Amino acid sequence: MRISGKWRGHPARRLGSGQDARATARWSMPGLGLFKGLAVTARNMIQSYYRKDRMTTVQYPEERAPISPNFRNFPFLCYDGDDPVAGLRCTACSICEKECPPQCIYIVLDRDENGKSLKRPKVFDIDISVCMNCGICAEVCPFDSIYMDGQYEMSTTDRFGGLLLGLDRLAKSADYHMQLRPLEASEVAARRKAEEDKKRAAQAAKEAKAKADKQAKEKAAAEAPAATIGKGEPA
Amino acid sequence: MISDLSRFSLSSSSSAAPVLDDDQLLHVSLGPQHPSTHGVFRVNVALDGETVVSLKPVFGYLHRNHEKIAENATYLSSMPYTDRLDYICPLSNNWAYANAVEKLAGIEVPERAQYMRVILAELTRLINHTAFAGFILGDMGAWGSALMYAFRERELILDLFEDLTGARMMANFMRFGGCRNDLPAGWANKVSELVNGYGAFLDEMEDLLIGNEILLARTRDIGALPKDVLINGGITGPMLRAAGVNYDIRKVEPYGIYQRFDFRIPLGGTGDCYDRIMIRFLEMRESLKILRQALDQLPEGPFVHPKAKIRNFKPPVGEAYARVEGPKGELGFHLLSDGSANPYRYRVRPPSFINLTLLEDMCLGLDLADVVVILGSIDIVLGEVDR
Repeated sequence: MRISGKWRGHPARRLGSGQDARATARWSMPGLGLFKGLAVTARNMIQSYYRKDRMTTVQYPEERAPISPNFRNFPFLCYDGDDPVAGLRCTACSICEKECPPQCIYIVLDRDENGKSLKRPKVFDIDISVCMNCGICAEVCPFDSIYMDGQYEMSTTDRFGGLLLGLDRLAKSADYHMQLRPLEASEVAARRKAEEDKKRAAQAAKEAKAKADKQAKEKAAAEAPAATIGKGEPA
Repeated sequence: MISDLSRFSLSSSSSAAPVLDDDQLLHVSLGPQHPSTHGVFRVNVALDGETVVSLKPVFGYLHRNHEKIAENATYLSSMPYTDRLDYICPLSNNWAYANAVEKLAGIEVPERAQYMRVILAELTRLINHTAFAGFILGDMGAWGSALMYAFRERELILDLFEDLTGARMMANFMRFGGCRNDLPAGWANKVSELVNGYGAFLDEMEDLLIGNEILLARTRDIGALPKDVLINGGITGPMLRAAGVNYDIRKVEPYGIYQRFDFRIPLGGTGDCYDRIMIRFLEMRESLKILRQALDQLPEGPFVHPKAKIRNFKPPVGEAYARVEGPKGELGFHLLSDGSANPYRYRVRPPSFINLTLLEDMCLGLDLADVVVILGSIDIVLGEVDR
């Protein structure tokens, strides 16, 4: 009681009114506030039978709330075409591995027998028991390879292997990405196509130039002896 | 080692006994799992009958080494961890951290991104105060209705966040020099719809609470402290303003573009728990005002500075402290850069933790049942207290 006595007379304990005049300055009949509160509860209960915005429960798993196109969950790897190995966009550059905040990505670069890089991952593991769905891997990837998935029903009884996703479970086709996030995927597809076209055009231009050079050289080579021959001959 | 630790009065309930020659005291360990303690937080209380004579908080159950992890990660990698500080309002935390890094590296933020940030931060304030109204009622034993009404409205805002950022709570949305992506089509209209409808919810909630005799009996004249104690204790946010101290960082040291908006800072009178509840309701109304203005003025343009870097971000050598008015108080980040990709020192100034430090002063001499109400009125989130 020693301390309580000290605080009882404290100026902070005095009754006073705040700036909210409605709250403290108004006198009301005792019990009226309670009654008002109960009326709110009753209104909510009754309206929960017919008003859409009061019926908030979704009966999962019988019905599901639609997910937003921006919704992100765990990452997946995107591949072009039909072959998940040959079409994989990932070049095993390890940028995502370095930037991943909880360090849940593990990548091993594939090399040929001479130790030359094949620019594709031999191992690409994501431990989704560690992953925190931040999406930074997808953001930093310069090769449009890693994206965030919208798949959320991933519970498993195997807490080690079941939650460690390897290349086989991570690789998903570009079509899947298009289905999941049409806006982002079509943007990426257009950009990649433009780059591809540019590359092809550059390649074609290079080839054409090489061909032209070669032809010119051949022509020059062909003309030079012809000219020497032709000189001595009458027209 | 254990005997060493037991010297400290915080380590166990048996050693938390205050130095009183009265052996009639009853020691109660509140928590760490009690739902009313807002997470894993324990309070060792010594009681004389029903009256609290000593109160020792025990925290650290949720310690995750946030600051040390951040010092070993790149600047960008710490952004998702800031979501998890105060997980009720991740976007304010994002902004505080982005502010600090922008100050450190001298990055400009485009106009549209500034407006987006204000909108998101004020929506976050709505979320926090709405959830608070539900939680505090839960603390007083009214589990159910009030919390459900509050969470129903909160869910609407969280749906908007999911549309924009991809996650309901762990947004990871702000970037150094702007935001991660632009607003999806129609998003701003959805927000204005919500803002227009929110007043009705606040009216309903106020009907439920304001005049309720039980609430008045439980919260009036409970837990108030004099202004100078609060100021010296470093208390910020609604806690401080409920006691009538006019201190809001949005006004005192405007960050972002807050000086462009017309809004007022509600102030309380005595600073008791009732004032703390009311101040949050009034703040929500002011937030709605800011939101309306921001949505009206929202300009077109880039959402991120075109020269902002995602990879290989290395700020110059230096030091920066930036703060924002989070829903719970002053949230600040202090960064020390040595020019490398990781901060040399990373420090968070968490409002929840510092507001919690005066818990004992607020509770002494009151009943045990009041302790829970006072703890609720401080509005702590243990993710931020323990970090």
